[in-house]
Amino acid sequence: MNVTLHGGRVIDPASGLDTVADLHIRDQHVAAIGVAPDGFTADETFDASGLVVAPGLIDMQARLREPGEDHTGSMEAELAAAVRGGVTTVCVPPDTYPPIDTPAMAHMIRQRVDASGLARVFPIGALTVALEGERLTDMGSLHQAGCTVLSNGDRAIENTLVMRRALQYASTFDLTVLLNAQDPWLVGNGCIHEGEIATRLGLPVIPEAAETVGVARDLALIETTGIRAHFGCLSSARAVAMVADARRRGLPVSAGVTVHHLHLCESDVGVFNTYCKVMPPLRGMADRDALRRAVAEGVVATICSDHQAHGKDAKLAPFSEAASGIAGIETLLALALNLVRDGVLELRTALAALTVNPARILGIDRGSISTGSVADLCVFDPDSPWTLRDTGLTSRGTNTPFKDTELHARVKATLVAGRFVFRDGA
Amino acid sequence: MTPEASVQYDEHGRLRHFLTTEGLGREMLSEILDVAASFISVGERRIKKVPLLHGKTVVNLFFEASTRTRTTFEIAAKRLSADVINMNATRLSTTKGESVLDTVQTLEAMHTDMFVVRDKASGTAHLIARHAPRGVSIINAGDGRHAHPTQAMLDMFTIRQQKGVFEPLTVAITGDVLHSRVARSQIHALRQLGVSDLRVIGPATLLPTEIEKLGVKTFYNMDEGVEGADVLIMLRLQMERMDGQLLPGPEEYFRYYGLTERRLKRAKPDAIVMHPGPMNRGLEIASSVADGPQSVILTQVTNGIAVRMAIMAKLLGDAGRDGRE
Repeated sequence: MNVTLHGGRVIDPASGLDTVADLHIRDQHVAAIGVAPDGFTADETFDASGLVVAPGLIDMQARLREPGEDHTGSMEAELAAAVRGGVTTVCVPPDTYPPIDTPAMAHMIRQRVDASGLARVFPIGALTVALEGERLTDMGSLHQAGCTVLSNGDRAIENTLVMRRALQYASTFDLTVLLNAQDPWLVGNGCIHEGEIATRLGLPVIPEAAETVGVARDLALIETTGIRAHFGCLSSARAVAMVADARRRGLPVSAGVTVHHLHLCESDVGVFNTYCKVMPPLRGMADRDALRRAVAEGVVATICSDHQAHGKDAKLAPFSEAASGIAGIETLLALALNLVRDGVLELRTALAALTVNPARILGIDRGSISTGSVADLCVFDPDSPWTLRDTGLTSRGTNTPFKDTELHARVKATLVAGRFVFRDGA
Repeated sequence: MTPEASVQYDEHGRLRHFLTTEGLGREMLSEILDVAASFISVGERRIKKVPLLHGKTVVNLFFEASTRTRTTFEIAAKRLSADVINMNATRLSTTKGESVLDTVQTLEAMHTDMFVVRDKASGTAHLIARHAPRGVSIINAGDGRHAHPTQAMLDMFTIRQQKGVFEPLTVAITGDVLHSRVARSQIHALRQLGVSDLRVIGPATLLPTEIEKLGVKTFYNMDEGVEGADVLIMLRLQMERMDGQLLPGPEEYFRYYGLTERRLKRAKPDAIVMHPGPMNRGLEIASSVADGPQSVILTQVTNGIAVRMAIMAKLLGDAGRDGRE
């Protein structure tokens, strides 16, 4: 089917293209930007005037709750939430049940997602069997099955020797690793940043050192193994500085943050607000501001949602016992663009952190718009104010601390391979 | 009003729940102490009852066992002529919080008026208060490390009884501040009542980070910390802290942070010694001090009943009027 997106502001953060033009799609690809190619006739024309046409978002970390946790969310609902948020590729961490530690699991997830006909999925393979941090997975086979990026999810590999060997072995197959570096001993049973709020509320803490010690260990191992690594959800200014320093020394590392760490800090926990319980924890205002600067300056390359849908009961508990995580995939773009509106980020920087930068880290040919590129696209109105209500989410999870937040960007259409997978109001 | 305090008031601005001393303000705290003073004589009468809560039902809902505290709440409620039900509920920490709320809803269906809640997790009383229907009041009898506001109020009452005023006092709290809900509630109350020289004393492993932001000075050296103090509050040290990770052991602890007669001499000559109980004699406090002339530890226990009566009367007497009746 041939589609023309008419009169939109086409932004490609990879090339710097930013122009009002028609975008023509043929055979799942971008056929032309501007004048239609010879002989092109659109089967459908979508009026994009006043809207931005950007590459589809690539969310570096989002749980689809299947297999294993389908009581909290369903793959269909979470993928519908994704495309409603303009996300066309969802990276699924290996901590499903069972985990993605075999090629069969990776295939199974791909098949389930393909059947949904919504977003694409990029399954992240496990570094260790059952994520237990003891035995290496069949990384070569996982690679063959398309898992070119491996991770141990939120589970730390406690044994440093196992970690070193996992990174060495992964480098054998030219894999990339995604690290959520937290020292498990310093995390302990903690549930909140070690700071004034934790002291007031009397909650067990996760000190900043949990992250800096974890990152320091992993950087030392990366340095000797030469593996490409991405620290996807950093929470502290110091950890970001450590990764930035490693980059200056030429290490093949990069950093990412969640969009909620760019908006919230420990004080938002207030009086036991369990919706603000996340891992890694929300840290101080200075950390939040440092993360914002790091994204603005390109030190932090990616912004993800770390989407985790929970049933209502999961948050109706004393803080230390409540589930952690935010159902955030639908608000990823709007929250990131609120930062553009507030003058924190340039539009191109924000979009790059959601599209081309994740694509480059994952090593996939997505996240950009040029003639011949796959037409995974997100069309949004940058100035269409709306207020988030928990009843207004497509996700099965209503766990968001951004309820009643005024958002300005609204996704109008999402296309995967030139096909509309979401249309506002449709 | 701070968010911490606002949870405690109803839509008419009346105190409905008693969850924390934080943010209540000097006027409210003083008012509770005044009401408590009027109840002191009730316990000394031959008939130890007043009919203020006649026909009201109070449920002691203790997810964490405690005989002492539960008993004082029970006596307080009975002296106000309320009907009292004691529930020693258990729950698994891994089950979802619905079980806490389920338990409460079940009991609410029986038209109870007040829950006195204790739990090992910080925030449980707040959680229940947020979901309590109109006309039901919650008293926090201790939630994790967060707050134990009635204990703090009886300590305030005892200090006022012994010293008269708060402003000129130097108060030193010694021990396991990190795990102490009592200390947190005391700190908030003392600061609001006007104590400017408020000190916490303990080793670095037992003092929470940024505690100074609550308006206290920290001391690692107890001799320096008690110097010139008017009030010495000792905290109970849980024996499970003695596993060698937070503290090396009991002898070393007593040596550096135990209240001995020698250390007591560094305080003002008329300094009083307090402890929320139960005490570990020879660990945080020497027996000679605990039983000595400057100790007001048993007075605290006696005052506990009047103070809890005052808080119950304040909640059900005020907010209760618009409740279910």
